[in-house]
Order: sequence, then structure tokens, then C-alpha cells
Amino acid sequence: MSTAFSAANFSTQSFPLNHTSTTTHDSPLVFAKPTSQFLRSTPKLRLSSFSKLNLSRRSGTVVAVSDVVKQKKSKSTPTLLITKEEGLELYEDMVLGRAFEDMCAQMYYRGKMFGFVHLYNGQEAVSTGFIKLLKQQDSVVSTYRDHVHALSKGVPARAVMSELFGKTTGCCRGQGGSMHMFSREHNLLGGFAFIGEGIPIATGAAFTSKYKREVLKEADCDHVTLAFFGDGTCNNGQFFECLNMASLWKLPIVFVVENNLWAIGMSHLRATSDPQIYKKGPAFGMPGIHVDGMDVLKVREVAKEAIGRARRGEGPTLVECETYRFRGHSLADPDELRDPAEKAHYAARDPITALKKYLTENNLASESELKAIDKKIDEVVEDAVEFADESPVPPRSQLLENVFADPKGFGIGSDGRYRCEDPKFTQGTAHV
Amino acid sequence: MLGVVRKKMLGQSLLKIRPAVSMLRSYSSAAKQMTVRDALNSALDEEMSADQKVFLMGEEVGEYQGAYKISKGLLEKYGPERVLDTPITEAGFAGIAVGAAYHGLKPVVEFMTFNFSMQAIDHIINSAAKSNYMSAGQMSVPIVFRGPNGAAAGVGAQHSQCYAAWYASCPGLKVLTPYSSEDARGLLKAAIRDPDPVVFLENELLYGESFSVSDEVLDSSFCLPIGKAKIERVGRDVTITAFSKMVGHALKAAEILEKDGIDAEVINLRSIRPLDRSTINASVRKTNRLITVEEGFPQHGVGAEICASVVEESFAYLDAPVERIAGADVPMPYAANLERLAVPQVEDIVRAVKRACYRSVPLAAAA
Repeated sequence: MSTAFSAANFSTQSFPLNHTSTTTHDSPLVFAKPTSQFLRSTPKLRLSSFSKLNLSRRSGTVVAVSDVVKQKKSKSTPTLLITKEEGLELYEDMVLGRAFEDMCAQMYYRGKMFGFVHLYNGQEAVSTGFIKLLKQQDSVVSTYRDHVHALSKGVPARAVMSELFGKTTGCCRGQGGSMHMFSREHNLLGGFAFIGEGIPIATGAAFTSKYKREVLKEADCDHVTLAFFGDGTCNNGQFFECLNMASLWKLPIVFVVENNLWAIGMSHLRATSDPQIYKKGPAFGMPGIHVDGMDVLKVREVAKEAIGRARRGEGPTLVECETYRFRGHSLADPDELRDPAEKAHYAARDPITALKKYLTENNLASESELKAIDKKIDEVVEDAVEFADESPVPPRSQLLENVFADPKGFGIGSDGRYRCEDPKFTQGTAHV
Repeated sequence: MLGVVRKKMLGQSLLKIRPAVSMLRSYSSAAKQMTVRDALNSALDEEMSADQKVFLMGEEVGEYQGAYKISKGLLEKYGPERVLDTPITEAGFAGIAVGAAYHGLKPVVEFMTFNFSMQAIDHIINSAAKSNYMSAGQMSVPIVFRGPNGAAAGVGAQHSQCYAAWYASCPGLKVLTPYSSEDARGLLKAAIRDPDPVVFLENELLYGESFSVSDEVLDSSFCLPIGKAKIERVGRDVTITAFSKMVGHALKAAEILEKDGIDAEVINLRSIRPLDRSTINASVRKTNRLITVEEGFPQHGVGAEICASVVEESFAYLDAPVERIAGADVPMPYAANLERLAVPQVEDIVRAVKRACYRSVPLAAAA
């Protein structure tokens, strides 16, 4: 299996996450134990969570966790996980995410962007790995760190950049901003500032898919919803409420935890009694999987299985992706609490570099092809900035628009009369 | 003890309401009696029958037939896919309903009381009310949050708060407060068909009250306009605005005041957001005196907003300061006599009207 591309086997490294030495934290060496347990997730643990997945259903060729990879090491010819087209698509998407976010940082410091901006650098593998497997009618619900989810789902870079600049050509006409990206066309259901808020929304979107199939009799409705959220959210009540209901009603949803170990300045280990989030899935009757979120191919394999489960009507899955954000929580975050050694450790596992290595080593793409993609993306991002710069700000009249879907808010139709006075207002006949 | 009081009030209200209604419009003479509970049940039934996308979600709405029996018979008729009993997870299921509404379904979310909506208030405000604006019209949320609001009888502080003012201060929401069966039917049907989030505040003590309804009200396409108040009783001397249960109190006070020669106009607000400022102001310009009555806490309440609106638009027409009658500025006590003191009574309204008319009446004792 992907031997050339086995991400750092953190099972052999004892990573010193006791950053207490460099900061003014009270030094709980007691954290050393859970730390090591967490990062050096033992093969035993992961295998047990995998057994919850019906392994016999898998085609048997691909499993995305390093211990099972070790077993397959002995095979002579490694089977490739992706085709050339897929590889280039993944590479392009991740580079777009990275270049876009870097440009956001530049624009912020130049004053073109303002307010709260949360960047996704380093986590691209999760977004690309999952979202590129979806159809347009599938839904994605995100948090405030949603630029790259929007881009992966297909919202044009121009629309996202204009939205960030607060221009009327943005995907939400400048009314949402960085944290509230919505797109009806691409089924991106937000962009929520409150952590945990998106999880019930996503569960509702999955509920709709099931409702359409069972009540509205749209027999082929197999739309899947992905909910992206972080490690901090996994301590929030709404998360557990939705794990319960999604499992109870067998909803077609995948809960994707982007565990980047930090919630602003709160380390996941300081905030969570049991830091292994994937274990919380089986407690609610759904499989819980832990995957290396810095490796887009592994994420993609896990995603295929989880999304497939949902599409087949087998219910929800909880996927914990261990990932890392290279920048601070937001552009206003000085990012002083994280240990430089930890940052260096993850920087060495940059998902884009890793994919590049895989593609070139397996002769799926040449350096020049990848460089061409880099250049193309640079141009796309530059174009997006130019477009946003030149776009007009919203006109004053836009302030009071869109508060209600019903324009006057009084149940008044377009002819100026109260809708309820229109005899045709009832659709269908009520049988009492 | 309060049960006996309630029965007495019921009898009286029947006598009061009928003449008021027939004064304003003429329907067919054979008017039926309908309780508010049946009105809500029939409205839900008809809307669910007319549109497959409408579904009901809440605690005990299915097999228990509804905590207050509002959804009686619906599970049998529409099945468990459309009448969903939820676990006790307000935040979770309110959010799920909003997510479903994003995709075009029309959920009706029942909160056992609106006090429990505080656990879901993030979703009501942040993901329902604000979504159409944040997404510039892409995500409209055709959802209804309904349930009993305000004080019941002896249920204590955590079950008695009135949320009209809180929700009505938020742009993006529509807040409706029915009083009679006609209000309940018409406004609930309008709310379910409305493409925006509606907070529908009922009142537990009104569920069992019977009102006469005309044939027009019983028709399955009957709807009331959102944002329009109803003048329950036309008068000349003073305007009394009220909503929900307080409308009944105001009408009773008007009867008492008639004997003293004061002709009160009673406005049933029906809609707190959008507030029918034009009707209120037109009435004040006619009578020159205003009393606002509400059950909730006084500070930043509905009465405060009405007062501000009248001062802004009809200041020159006021002959007396605006009087606000509201619940006492304390969490609701449990003891029956204290509870009676904490909620506006008919005598309070009568006294306030007399003060506004400069008949000398001492102020009620302050808390």
C-alpha cells in the first residue's frame, strides 16, 4: 500500500507535547501520560474502532491506518490509491486552499479585509479529502474556518474573496463575511460563528434527505451531509445531542472532527477528559475512526467508506482527523502558546508537500505539471483579488434587504395585498 | 382554588366576546364554539394535510398526544416520519429543524414551554432569524417555533416567563401572540405558510377557553395577516393595548369601566413583530390616552416599545402620560396570593385607566 507515502509514524516518535517548559502554564506533568497515549495511538486502539466498521464489506484493497498499512508492506507491488486525474485534482484543490489563505493574510494586513478571519493553512487535506468525493447536491456545513470548505465545494474564488472584502459581488453580497459563507447553488449551508451550531444544522440537512426519501417519495434521494467542526466543539452539548439523534434516526451524515489540538489557546488535552474523540462515536452506536489528517490519501479512503455508508442508508459515522493549523486561531491571534517544536513537527508533514512527493515518486505527475498548477492557482487567486478590489461596495439600500424572505414581512404578496386574502393562497386541499 | 377562578372567568369571557365579535363583522348567525386547543389542533392538521413538507417535531408531540394535547391525533394520522417525538435536546432538535428548513421543508417545532426555548435560543436567533440576511436571501427558513408562553398557574419562576419582548427585539423573526380561537387558527396557518421564521407564543391558560368562531374561520384556507392588530372593542376615551391572555383581562376591565362612563378601546395586538404601529397610533390619535398591558417583565418590554412608538409618532395627541402595566419585576413566586400580585389583574387595568383619565385613584402599592 502507499508505502512511499506513509505519513510520519507518530507511533514511534514520542512527541514532547508538554509545552509547559516554554510557557507560563502550570506544569501538569500528569498530562504527559494522556499526551503520549493520544499521539501515539496504539495499533490496538485503532483496530478496535475499525472493527466497528464492517470490514468484510470493504473490497479489501485499502485501509487507511498505519498499522494495517504495515501489514500490507510485504506485498510486492504497491497499488496506487488514485489515478493521475484524481491526483492532480486533489493537488490543485489543496494548493488553491493554501494560496487563497495566504493571500487572505496579506490582504488582511493591508487593510482590505477586516474583522475576524480564521485561516485553514495546514488542514487542507481534510477539506480536499472529504469534499472532493461529494456531488453537488450533497451538503457541507462548516464553522467560521470555512473559506477552504467553500472553495473545495465549488464556490468560485472570486465570490469568496469579494465576500471577504465586503463587496456586493460576494457569495452573500457582503452581508455574511468571513465566518458566514453560504451558497445555495453549491449546497454550502454555512459558515457559523458559534461552535457546535453547525452540527444540528447538518443533522437537519441529513434529516431532510431521509424525509425526502420516505415522506416525499423522492426514491433516489441519497444526499449526504458533512459536518466539519473542531476539537473544542466535541465538548459541547449540541455535539452529543446530534450524535444521539443522528444515530437514533440513522441519518446520512458524516461528522468530521478537524482535531488540530488547539481551541484558540486552549489545548485539547487541557479541555477534555478523554481526548480520544473517535471513541465517542461507538458510545452512541456509530463507528468512530481516527485518521491522520495531514495525509490526503488516507483521509480520502476513510471518507469514501464513511460517505458510502451514509449513502447506503447505514447511518452516521464519526471521523476524527488529526490535523494542525499552521497559523494562529485567527489573524488577530499572536499564537504564543504553541510549542515551536510542535509546529515544526507538523510543518514537516505538510499535506501538500506529501502529496507532491507521492505523485512524483509514483510517476503520476511530473514536477513541471505540478509547477504549472501552482502557477495557474496563483493567477486564479490574483484574479480573485483584482475582481474583489474592483467590485463595488453594497449600496445603502442593501442594508434593509433580505431580512425576511417575504419582502414586506407582513405576509404581503407582490401585488401589495395580504397574501391570506388571495383565494388561491391554499396549495392543495386539506382533508380534515 | 385557581381552577375555580378559571371556570368563573371562562363563563364571563363567553358573554363578553360574542358581542364584541359580532359588532365588527357579520358572519352567518350559527356561530360555533371552539376551544383554542381545538383551533390549534385543526390548524396543524389542515396544514399538514395540505402540504407534505410540513412536519411537527418536539417532546411528547407524538405518542403522548402532545404535552398539552395540542397535537392530539396527529401521529395516528400522519405517522412517525411527520410527527416526531424527540429526545430532550432542545438545542439539537431546534437546530435540526433549522437545517431541514434550509432545504425547503417546513418544520413546526414545539417547545413544551417557551422557557425551554432558552436552551435552543442560539438556533432561533443565530441560525434561523439571521440566516436569510447573512446569506443574502439564499437560505430562507420557513420554520415555526410554537408553544405555551408566559405564566400558568402555580408553576414557579422557571416555567412562567414571557418571551415576547426578547424575541420581538430580534430582526429576522416574526412574533405572533394569538388570543382567541380565531386568532389561534388564522395566525398558526399564516405562520406555517410564511417563508420566514415565526415564533408563535400561545398561552397555557387559554388552551381550554372556548370562543365562538364563524364559518369563515372554520374554512381550511382561513388565514390572518401577520402584522395586523385587531380592534376587539371600539371606544372613544382611552386605548388599551394587550396581547394573549391580557386581552381577556382588558375586555373585562372595559366592561367595568363602561359603568363608570369610560369608553375604552381594546386592541388585540396579535403580532408583536412586526408591530402594528399604524393601528395603535391611529387609535391613540382618536382617544388621546394609552394603557399598555402585558404579562412579562416591565423593563424593555412590549409596552416600552409601544410607548416609544406613540411618543415618536403621536406625541402631540397625548393628553396623559402613557401607562404601562406589566408583570411585577420579580421572578414569578410560587405562593398563590403572591402569584396573583405578580401578574396584572383586571383591577390594575381599571385603576390605570382611571389614572389616565385623571379620575383620582391612588397608585397600587409598589412591590
